[in-house]
Amino acid sequence: MIAPQLLHSELETALLSLNKVATRRIYKESGLTPIGFAEDVFMPVLDRIGGKWERGEVALSQVYMSGRICESLLNELLPADGPDLKQPPPIAVAVLEDSHLLGKRILCSVLRATGYKIHDFGQQHLESLVTRVQSEKIRILLVSTLMLSSALRVKVLRQRLDSLGFNVKLVVGGAPFRFDERLWLDVGADATSPTASGAIAIVRRLTQEVECENI
Amino acid sequence: MKTYNSMERVLTTLGHQEPDRVPFFLLATMHGARELGMGIREYFSRAEHVAAGQLRLRARYRHDCLYGFSFAPLEIEAWGGEVIYYDDGPPNSGEPPVKSLEEILRLQPPRLEDAVGLQRTLATLRLLKQQSGDEVPILGVVMSPFSLPVMQLGFELYLDLMEERPDLFRRLMAINEEFCVAWANAQLDAGATAICYFDPVASPTILPRDRYERSGFAVAQSTLSRIKGPTATHLASGRCLGIMDLLKKSGTAALGVSSLEDLAEVKKAAAGKISIIGNLNGIQMRHWSNDEARAKVREAIAKGGRGGGFILADNHGEIPWQVSDELLMAVSDAVHSYGHYPLNRGEVS
Repeated sequence: MIAPQLLHSELETALLSLNKVATRRIYKESGLTPIGFAEDVFMPVLDRIGGKWERGEVALSQVYMSGRICESLLNELLPADGPDLKQPPPIAVAVLEDSHLLGKRILCSVLRATGYKIHDFGQQHLESLVTRVQSEKIRILLVSTLMLSSALRVKVLRQRLDSLGFNVKLVVGGAPFRFDERLWLDVGADATSPTASGAIAIVRRLTQEVECENI
Repeated sequence: MKTYNSMERVLTTLGHQEPDRVPFFLLATMHGARELGMGIREYFSRAEHVAAGQLRLRARYRHDCLYGFSFAPLEIEAWGGEVIYYDDGPPNSGEPPVKSLEEILRLQPPRLEDAVGLQRTLATLRLLKQQSGDEVPILGVVMSPFSLPVMQLGFELYLDLMEERPDLFRRLMAINEEFCVAWANAQLDAGATAICYFDPVASPTILPRDRYERSGFAVAQSTLSRIKGPTATHLASGRCLGIMDLLKKSGTAALGVSSLEDLAEVKKAAAGKISIIGNLNGIQMRHWSNDEARAKVREAIAKGGRGGGFILADNHGEIPWQVSDELLMAVSDAVHSYGHYPLNRGEVS
């Protein structure tokens, strides 16, 4: 068994240099199951890369490509509808009233690379988003925004979801929330993260909360 | 001490000398609509509105530029893209007009004379020049050839282009450069004093330094050298320190600085070669108290003001609609209170 720290360090180097071959080799040599590799290696390494972006040490393009490489490998190892994926409450990711989709794409990659099955709602207007949340019985909704006006619309989204009695955990992210650390509270979200990888821990925590509520 | 007009104040600081006070750019694109009592869409529909709004904002807040910029997707509209208007924020770009990388082979730059939105901006600049003469700098704006593809293709496809199709990337940069140079020079001809070159993709926040050095840097050098007037590069809230040496060599005179970086550190790195513009956090400004605004202005002046080479502004080049008029006045009052040269070390630190 290779020491976890060495695995993490090797994988980080491979991902930041966009080396898909090395990523695959590291997986094979780890001796871990696909889901074990996703949880014990992809998750901490993507989190480290996300932290480095937050501190200005790596670029967003590297975060994006790292997520994509991990997602692609895990998709090969674990088909999206296969039995080995985690089965948490329904989780969806959406961009609210904006055509800038990169943040959502990174979020989907990171969550899929760490074994979560995600409903990708793409770009949504407020009412269509509410409808899909209802029809697909979403319990955790992650909303990505780039523009401040879209971020502020999350407050209306929260009110709509509450008024309809939908018990949905709302997680927000994107530039406006990075530049104003209290904005997520202003719009009534349950959580935020400055990085996509930071959303993994949030989803894990909210999953436990939802499961407790279901008991 | 001599009292400078805005043009003299800005030119002096760009020469890395201290004028009478720290120049202040209120880069408010939408607040002019409030001045005129109209909605954002109506405001942007006529050059006369934007020119009147800019003149009123300058008169009210006593700042040092007129801003010819309307909104970022203006250019993409000329390329066949969609502009989506909001009641409470800047217009945004819709679906990218280029759907596949192969379409780049057939892409041609739009003609300025055919683009209604661009012509409206040129008319705005002409009106501003007629009204203000040479007393105040008038800023024109272009999206850099290197950053425009985020709206032309979408970010994801653009990153794929950079990684996988260097041939098409070079073609797109060549087309975009022709458009950018023509658009910048048309704005200068219409009355702009200088061009703000928005290039967020250049920032190490978005791309690794080595990638920018191998791609967007050459594009910036080539494009800026063909623009027939002074330029200021703006990374639109992205970090700059990791590429400061390249920015110094790009030919730009000034740089818009992010609130993510320490102004004193950026000033030191700019080292008299590039003037810095910034870096009040526009998003947070939405809920600042007047006291917080004063404190933030004092801090920025303390860190960036000494020796000139500094213009106080927000960090993004676009103050959010949600920032109140009262708060903008508090910012303005603070600059006029604490920004007079020589800066008193005890007063501003």
